Amino acid sequence: MGLKTFLEGWPVYRQLTGDDPLGRGAATQSNRSKSLTPRTSTADRVAKSVCPYCAVGCGQRVYVKDERVVQIEGDPDSPHSRGRLCPKGSASEQLVNGDSRMTSIKYRAPYATEWTDLDLDTAMDMITDRVIDARRRGWQDADEQGRPLNRTMGIASLGGATLDNEENYLIKKLFTAMGAIQVENQARI
Amino acid sequence: MPGLGASFGRGGATGDLQDLSNADVIVIQGSNMAECHPVGFQWVMEAKARGTRVIHIDPRFTRTSALADTYVPIRTGTDIVLLGAIINRVLTQERDFREYVLAYTNASWIVSEDFRDTEDLDGLFSGFDSETRSYDTSSWQYAGSEGQGDEEEETAESTDSESGHALGAGGAAVDHERIQRDETLQHPRCVFQVLKRHFSRYTPEMVEEVCGIPQDLFEEVAEAWISNSGREKTGVLVYSVGWTQRGTGVQYIRTGAILQLLLGNMGRPGGGVMALRGHASIQGSTDIPTLYNLLPGYLQMPHAERHPSLQAYVDSIKGPNQKGFWSKADAYTVSLLKAYFGGSATAENDYLFDALPRINGDHGTYGQVMDMIEGGKIFGYFLLGQNPAVGSANGRAQRLGMANLDWMVVRDLVMIESATFWKDAPEVETGEIVPEECRTEVFFMPAASHVEKEGTFTQTQRLLQWREKAVNPPGQATSELWFFYHLGRRMREKLAGSTDPRDRLLFQMTWDYPLHGEEREPSSEDVLKEINGYDLSTGELLPGYTAMKADGTTSGGCWIYSGVYADGVNQAARRKPGREQSLHAPEWGWAWPMNRRVLYNRASADPDGKPWSERKALVWWDEEQGRWVGDDIPDFEATKAPSYRPPKGATGVEAIAGDDPFIMQSDGKGWLYAPKGVVDGPLPAHYEPAESPFRNAVYTQQANPAREIYTNHLNEVHPSPPERGSEVFPFVWFTSRMTEHHTAGGMSRYLPYLAELQPALFMEVSPELAAMRGLEHLGWAHVVTARAVVEARVMVTDRMAPLRVQGTEVHQVWLPYHWGQGGLTTGDVVNDLAHLTLDPNVHIQEFKAGTCDVQPGRRPRGPASLELIDSYRVRGAVTMSSGAVSVTSELIDPQGKTRTEQAMAGTTPTGTGHSGEDMDKVLGVRHDVRSRPGQPQQSGVDPVVLDGHPDTTLEGH
Repeated sequence: MGLKTFLEGWPVYRQLTGDDPLGRGAATQSNRSKSLTPRTSTADRVAKSVCPYCAVGCGQRVYVKDERVVQIEGDPDSPHSRGRLCPKGSASEQLVNGDSRMTSIKYRAPYATEWTDLDLDTAMDMITDRVIDARRRGWQDADEQGRPLNRTMGIASLGGATLDNEENYLIKKLFTAMGAIQVENQARI
Repeated sequence: MPGLGASFGRGGATGDLQDLSNADVIVIQGSNMAECHPVGFQWVMEAKARGTRVIHIDPRFTRTSALADTYVPIRTGTDIVLLGAIINRVLTQERDFREYVLAYTNASWIVSEDFRDTEDLDGLFSGFDSETRSYDTSSWQYAGSEGQGDEEEETAESTDSESGHALGAGGAAVDHERIQRDETLQHPRCVFQVLKRHFSRYTPEMVEEVCGIPQDLFEEVAEAWISNSGREKTGVLVYSVGWTQRGTGVQYIRTGAILQLLLGNMGRPGGGVMALRGHASIQGSTDIPTLYNLLPGYLQMPHAERHPSLQAYVDSIKGPNQKGFWSKADAYTVSLLKAYFGGSATAENDYLFDALPRINGDHGTYGQVMDMIEGGKIFGYFLLGQNPAVGSANGRAQRLGMANLDWMVVRDLVMIESATFWKDAPEVETGEIVPEECRTEVFFMPAASHVEKEGTFTQTQRLLQWREKAVNPPGQATSELWFFYHLGRRMREKLAGSTDPRDRLLFQMTWDYPLHGEEREPSSEDVLKEINGYDLSTGELLPGYTAMKADGTTSGGCWIYSGVYADGVNQAARRKPGREQSLHAPEWGWAWPMNRRVLYNRASADPDGKPWSERKALVWWDEEQGRWVGDDIPDFEATKAPSYRPPKGATGVEAIAGDDPFIMQSDGKGWLYAPKGVVDGPLPAHYEPAESPFRNAVYTQQANPAREIYTNHLNEVHPSPPERGSEVFPFVWFTSRMTEHHTAGGMSRYLPYLAELQPALFMEVSPELAAMRGLEHLGWAHVVTARAVVEARVMVTDRMAPLRVQGTEVHQVWLPYHWGQGGLTTGDVVNDLAHLTLDPNVHIQEFKAGTCDVQPGRRPRGPASLELIDSYRVRGAVTMSSGAVSVTSELIDPQGKTRTEQAMAGTTPTGTGHSGEDMDKVLGVRHDVRSRPGQPQQSGVDPVVLDGHPDTTLEGH
């Protein structure tokens, strides 16, 4: 190791000789931090997205490496958010990858005190049977005056304000076609 | 949002966030924008840096207040008095923007001589019936149009409230040809004079007395707003759920709308009403609704009585001689039915309109919960990214309702409280829910997050933004698109071959979406194209809703979104950087309608089509080109000249004159006075919140007479003056959000960063209240109502200043509502404190004002907590009839009626078992509706997996 290299490894030297006399920038950088690269620069690809919290709809850039989201940043291209995210939007990588995230189906049987697991196909089959049954039991053909109602009151649904328009469209379409009118979301809450 | 819909024609924010920077004054009321919409708030700060005056009006001093030029503390629930007094000042000092008001509002319309104002009836408008708690609106009409009220074809049970939300994309029908005018505004019954008289008692003295705002501060706010409006200047009003979560929230918005119309602030740069919505796509979920009373595009859900046929349905929307784009309601409706049912919908079968399910009452979420508690009506419940055990009012009622179901499907990212209520709800601790005795079967289905699926959100400025998919959902997680597509597919497969007519519509529905990948996921783009609509004769995507036809040759799943796929391009996915565009950035995403960013922007020009001023130019008429031009897409027919006058007898689009900027309104004008579309009054009037420590100082009438009440022993309302008992609950409590948490906490309390940033539930109280009750900073205290007791850490702070109201000091308590027993930071459910009293227009609960007591220390646990609540109920004379009588003068002079009879009138008793008794005597009712083992609901059956064969012997209920 030459003297120059030795000296340049010393932050005070860099502070005195470089353009960072106050030692608040490059002068104090360690070898370790110098060797780091941001996750955003090593990502395989970036998806353009929108923050899922409040209704400002800030632009997000979602960085993906090895088929896993590694970072979510504000999108500076967005005309109304201009790259900014609030604490929630900034934390949204944890919304995707956090330890609390559920990735498996849980089933609680009547009177059971614990969850059990179900595979997706079985769960969908059981739910379909229950929807068909509840729809049938709650069906109303007509009111007291004989005016058609064509509906079921056996099923209710709540949700939608954090779902996509396309999802809400299919939900309303399916429920309407099956006669289930009690569809609601938190626009009313 | 019928407050905006009834006033202007569309229920959405009228401009975009960027446009806030064009304002000369920004008034933020009922919103803590800096903390709840922090990134949007940058535009307020940008405006402020340019010299814009920023005013924040709120019961609590927040970061928004800290950044405003003027902060105005107000007693929660009194905003109409403050705004009403500004309106009064504008009218009496004649400081309205008169040319604008004359040309673009209904100020000169003459109201029927049958109309009686709150001035005449001491707080009621004409037509109120206390037996049904609703108004017959026929007397509210214009002279010459009498008898055309909302109510004429209705029964007592079904008020017009189901159509409340339906004004999201257009105003109510009125016959514009029969309207009489007085352009001098002198006729005693012209809207201008009616308004003047109505608001005459809203004075600075009244503001001081009711709101607790000193007169000099009122003066400052009024002058800042008025003097920064007019030809050269504009002001914008910003509100959020601090206004909407009220028993009279629609009328708050109406008051703001009236003031903005009088000041000429609508449709102009830096003007308008910015409704800040609370969730990523809450605007989208009313545009394409998951709401019981609406179909996509604010078309009403068919009603059993009012809509016996497609023709009757369309006529009820269009109305006789109506102007504007609602005249094409038949095209929008038929196109929707073609999108839903494809080739099965034909002219011969009225496009299957008759087969659609019908509503005939309030089927809203809170009514559903009451039905769940009662049992035997609702068997299954879907929760889709929603956590009502924490997020809805009266959480006890929510959880006890869930514990009385056959099954639930909960779709969420994390294990929320609404999925685990059967084992860890507060009611397990009190013994009201016993896991071994609770029969509700729960399916928790992990959901895909926003980066694991593609699709559009519609944000607060009506802007659709497409999200690209980043990765696949993990494990068994699925999108709603996947779940509902495959649920529908499986239902059709299991019911295949059914000859039951009740199943027919399910098979007539088009459900043949191409599937992709191993997961067999439908494509959101295909669905968005269906929403946009097609020309069925050519197969081309429609360019916009004006291309829709009523003859079955076009389809389109949501007419107001038509154009989002114009030219075969996903317009919502456009991402030209904002810095390469104008302020409104028309090539970023796509805004409904037709990518217009500032609604009613025809009003930015004078009646002749010239900008009111150079400084406030936005859209103007270019005589040479023969079209409207400017910095936004004109919210007007592009080539209709300002001088255009419709021929006699014209209706619909043809009847819109060249100076009718409110093109969705049936008369083309902004409505200062709303003869239709708002069920609790054509003008806003101040009523005290359903729970208030104060007598209404404005009228004899105490609370909104048309408010909706659920009489259930789980939902008892505290007495308010003149009823006795209110002194037991002397303080006012209200809730709101924090920056670091989101609504019911499912998206925040489970995230380490956010849980660490805001690690505990707390309440803010004033030093004065702390001294009065012996509360210690950072110590514990509990808040008590007749519904619940909630404990939290105490933050003693000047941010909560006591206010002087009616000669006494009133203390307000604030709590954030994000906590529950799940997640990384836990706390009591604050919404358990709330009662269910709803706005009659939109059925939204009152979260923003209730009465309570506060005591130091932690709350009692388990059954002892119920005993504490009961002791308050006894002392405060809280029963199912307290706070429930509709008309106050009848309460004062009952004329032989019992209070129970009065209280029960017009309400539906649910799940009480006491509806036949005198409710005044049921003080001893215990909160005990625990589920019983082995005793299914009266018409329920034990949960079994059915074999799924079609059953053709259905029983009608």
